[in-house]
Amino acid sequence: MRVRSSFFASFCLVLEVLSVALFLRGFFPVPVKSSYSSKSKLSDLPAEPFTGSSPNLSKVPDPLFKRVVIVLIDALREDFVFGPNGRKYMPYTRHLVERGSTHSFVAKARPPTVTMPRIKALTTGSIPGFIDVVMNLNSPALLEDNLIWQAKTAGKRMVFYGDDTWVKLFPKHFMEYDGTTSFFVSDYTEVDNNVTRHLDSTLKRDDWDLLILHYLGLDHIGHISGPHSSLIQPKLMEMDDILKKIHGSLILKETEGALPYLLVLCGDHGMSETGSHGGSSAHEVNTPLVLISPAFKRKVGMEKPPTVEQVDLTPTLALGLGLPISQNSVGRLIQPVVEEASLRDQLRFLHLNGHQLSCLLKDSMPAYEKEEGYEQFRVAEKSHGNWLKLVVEGNTSEVLNNMGKKVLKQYLEALRVMSAALSKQMGKYDMYSMVVGVVLVFQLLLLLLLAMPEALSGASEVDLPVSSALLSLPFYLLCLLLFSVHMLVCTSAESACYFCSLPWGLVFGAVALSSALLCILVSMAARKGTKPPGKSPSRASGGGWSLSELDILLLAGTAGHTLSLAASSFVEEEHQVWYFLLNTLCLVVFQDVCRKYFRERSANIGVIGCSEDEDCLPPSKEGYAVASPLTDFGVTGADSERWLALATPLLTLACCRLLRSLNQTGVQWVHLPDLGHWLNSSEHKTVLSLLAAMSLALIYFLVQRRCSWVSKIALALGLLGVYSYRAAVGNVMLPWQHSGGNMSKGTMKARFVYVFILGIFFTGSKDLLRSQVITADARLKSRGLWEIYSGVVLLVALLFRAHNLPVLCCCLLVQSLMAQFIWKKLHYDAAQTTIMHYWFGQAFFYFQGNSNSIATVDISVGFVGLESYVEAPAVFLTALSTYAGPLLWASHLICYLSSENRSSVAVGHGCYCLALLRSVPAAAYVVLVTALRYHLFIWSVFSPKLLYESMHTLLTAAICLFFTTMEQSRSSSRP
Amino acid sequence: MWGEEIRHMASSHAIMASGVFMATVVPAVLVPGFSVYGTHLLWQYSVAGVVAVVNISLFWLLGVSPPTKKHTITYKVSRLVRSCLYLLLSCLFFHTVVVLYGAPLLESALETFSLAVLLTSLTTLRCVCVLGPNVQAWIRVFSRHGAMSVWDTSLQMVVGCSVVGAWLGAFPIPLDWDRPWQVWPVSCSLGGVIGYLTGLVVAPAWIHWHRKHLTYKSK
Repeated sequence: MRVRSSFFASFCLVLEVLSVALFLRGFFPVPVKSSYSSKSKLSDLPAEPFTGSSPNLSKVPDPLFKRVVIVLIDALREDFVFGPNGRKYMPYTRHLVERGSTHSFVAKARPPTVTMPRIKALTTGSIPGFIDVVMNLNSPALLEDNLIWQAKTAGKRMVFYGDDTWVKLFPKHFMEYDGTTSFFVSDYTEVDNNVTRHLDSTLKRDDWDLLILHYLGLDHIGHISGPHSSLIQPKLMEMDDILKKIHGSLILKETEGALPYLLVLCGDHGMSETGSHGGSSAHEVNTPLVLISPAFKRKVGMEKPPTVEQVDLTPTLALGLGLPISQNSVGRLIQPVVEEASLRDQLRFLHLNGHQLSCLLKDSMPAYEKEEGYEQFRVAEKSHGNWLKLVVEGNTSEVLNNMGKKVLKQYLEALRVMSAALSKQMGKYDMYSMVVGVVLVFQLLLLLLLAMPEALSGASEVDLPVSSALLSLPFYLLCLLLFSVHMLVCTSAESACYFCSLPWGLVFGAVALSSALLCILVSMAARKGTKPPGKSPSRASGGGWSLSELDILLLAGTAGHTLSLAASSFVEEEHQVWYFLLNTLCLVVFQDVCRKYFRERSANIGVIGCSEDEDCLPPSKEGYAVASPLTDFGVTGADSERWLALATPLLTLACCRLLRSLNQTGVQWVHLPDLGHWLNSSEHKTVLSLLAAMSLALIYFLVQRRCSWVSKIALALGLLGVYSYRAAVGNVMLPWQHSGGNMSKGTMKARFVYVFILGIFFTGSKDLLRSQVITADARLKSRGLWEIYSGVVLLVALLFRAHNLPVLCCCLLVQSLMAQFIWKKLHYDAAQTTIMHYWFGQAFFYFQGNSNSIATVDISVGFVGLESYVEAPAVFLTALSTYAGPLLWASHLICYLSSENRSSVAVGHGCYCLALLRSVPAAAYVVLVTALRYHLFIWSVFSPKLLYESMHTLLTAAICLFFTTMEQSRSSSRP
Repeated sequence: MWGEEIRHMASSHAIMASGVFMATVVPAVLVPGFSVYGTHLLWQYSVAGVVAVVNISLFWLLGVSPPTKKHTITYKVSRLVRSCLYLLLSCLFFHTVVVLYGAPLLESALETFSLAVLLTSLTTLRCVCVLGPNVQAWIRVFSRHGAMSVWDTSLQMVVGCSVVGAWLGAFPIPLDWDRPWQVWPVSCSLGGVIGYLTGLVVAPAWIHWHRKHLTYKSK
């Protein structure tokens, strides 16, 4: 079966996306969840274990605390309180820790150390999987069983002030709330004042039971200037004063005989040395946890705080408030908190906690009875019952007390083991699905590689032996074999497996696909082997093995980049690799240009090295008589063209250097000052405005050249709309708008731009359709493509932040210069051009400030032109703006390749190369992640990159499909 | 073919390589507290100086550089001035390229410039010595099939190896190993020098190996 190479490439890439999706499903462990969707109820609580006949024992334990205040300070690092600077930063808290009736702990947060999953962990007690972060960039209501829901059901009145993530997670749970948004990272005073302003009135009142305060300022300071900034101390002193105020008023309110209060100071996550968070370094994971209550014993001096898990707070608070522990909690009671209670109560609390954990264990593990912790819990429960019987009988001897202590120890040990077993359950990978995904991805990659000579040939067609493979005996045997293997694996697997739970039809499809691919691969390889080896498997640059420096660089760079993904530092600093390669590419291109023009001149002169002076002879002009006249830049004459061609790579280099200092990204050097921060600070607003206006003007100038006049007008108005939108949002200023006070969302203005974007897309697709259906006009089609391209540019201009507009501008500038003077003039073939486009696209991905960590995804883009969060457009816009660089370069590639009249197969070659370029790193990375799945940085470094890679593959698949449709029209219109 | 020239080249390369070693060892003995990482600038300049002196004297003795047409004093002086000018320009060129590659613009400009000086002494200086201050000839040698003698071929290889070495030397910088040689610009200058030494070894060996197949256009 002969298929066109573009169709072949898109087909492979689409299948690859599906296999990568399967791999992802296996790789990201599904969080441990109880199978019941209901929530724990007070009535479901087990009775106290009692040997013998059961008298009416108290079912519900009494609460320990009347009121609880939780002060959650975002990014509060453990050493801010307990470290050597703690006395300076938070004097009052430190005093309480050392002398007051408090318990202090270091609470370990689990990565990902991002606010939303941490809040979920604190309230549900479960450990949200990494995938939770991605699935919930916007936080919809938390449906799982959680502390807040339990408290509300129990009739507790709750008040919340702070990060509005809470309000979104728990809608209608709070009696009173005021959410502050965390999108404006540069603001660190107002966010906290918005919380504190409610404090006085709330503390005076008596109508609440649980007060939660979530302060964001510290986190924002960390993001701006890191943990050693001079802003940290005043902020922590402010937090200390707030704690002092709350504590003071709680003491005043305290009445004799009533239950005591509990004041909790905690952080959701820490802060790395650069001030960011999300990873798993000690500074990001360790947070302080200070519990203050008159119920505790007074401390006599500073002790080293013991370590607990962050999720341990959930059962502790639940039991302290007399609530059932939420179902999915894997935390265990912090025993010192209850140590002042009677031994019977203590045992009762531990029993409740143990019961909840054992229920969760039953749900999540098939072989729970063999679990060590479960057995220990059963033993402890039994001895608890015996002990209780003796107590009820009125036995009060020292021996009984010791026996009770022993039961306590048994319980604690059982809790520890069960909790550990449950946490370990989260780290389990679904290896079978992963392996199936990897195998499919690799078969597809091999298929792409084996088809390379044919796909890049002049005919641009691939001969796939599909029918012979499908009718051969080995295919059926393989199908049977793989299917039986599947049955075997699925019936013997003890843990849940996604691939096994798929419907039979899908599984059969995958099995058939895999065996068909294997047969095709074998027969293609055999065909290759029998062919005479004369045909060059390399790209069709003149035949033979003659590789120019450029080819060597392009191949070595692609291979080197793929290899570099194995090192976590290179994944973190991937932008450095791309910048480096891009620079080298520009220099090699420069060398090519030099060679072309200087050698040509030398040939014209006919004398080599006639003089020692460079410009001894006037450049001869005969050699350039065939050069096409320049129309766009108002330059005529071959001489100036030569100089422009020579200047293009240098200008590109200069642009790249400027852009790389615009947004510092990565991990190691992210704290260095960059132009982006400088521009965004309020005193440089004028510069930013000027820069944005100039960039927009230049964008218009560069894009409008090839569009119809309708699109030109739409583009101009759209770009004006972009500026006024930025002015409305408050990023830039208009000369006539001096009061910078009123910041609106600019929804109307953004929608105004959207209308123009849609208009441009409409005219573009109309041209494309006409060129396809009615007339086979190549010019019309080219114009349609350029219009689509300009629509993409306008959309990106709207979505990019104001300081990123120069990135877009430089992107367009480099594209038009390179197309004009380099790619056309030096006759680079489609494959070389595609690889260069891909490299540029990757570099621009990082120029715009992206990195390989989830934290740099700019979610606020999802709100451009929308009043509230709507999932589908928000996700689409965020993805689009994140991948703007690769997308722009890919769309330029298709415009460039199809406007080129000389080769009709260029689009097919480009599509094939793009697919191959994407498959190589994706396939390598999938294997790598499988091999490194127990690496220390797997969650902080490698998995975000995996998500980026899969998303990029998806995007490339979409682009390749577009390529295919474009080529289809060409081939159908040409015969 | 060219047996004698290859022998000359091998011995001169051996002297150059030993010069680099001496430039590392002698200051280590004489200067207290000298180390390649710690006092990196000193090491860079000592290597650059020694390479320069050895190159100039060796090539002058061997008489490889093209014969001058005129023998007037003014002509010689102008050649000398032009050579110096080219060397300076080459320093600035390397500095610019290194900055374009991402070296900080103002911070540690001295380190960057020293790297440029070192690279100039490893590459451009040899060009000046072999080809004279003649940009046309440089362009000819560095374009494909441009070599006209074994010295041109060796020049291509040594310069290429040095530049590629310095290029490869940048790769360890982003790794988070916190080693002293990852500090800017230690790894790059080390890479450059190692590449230079490799070039010195490889060039005569390669020419010796391929001496049957080497053909050069006559001048």
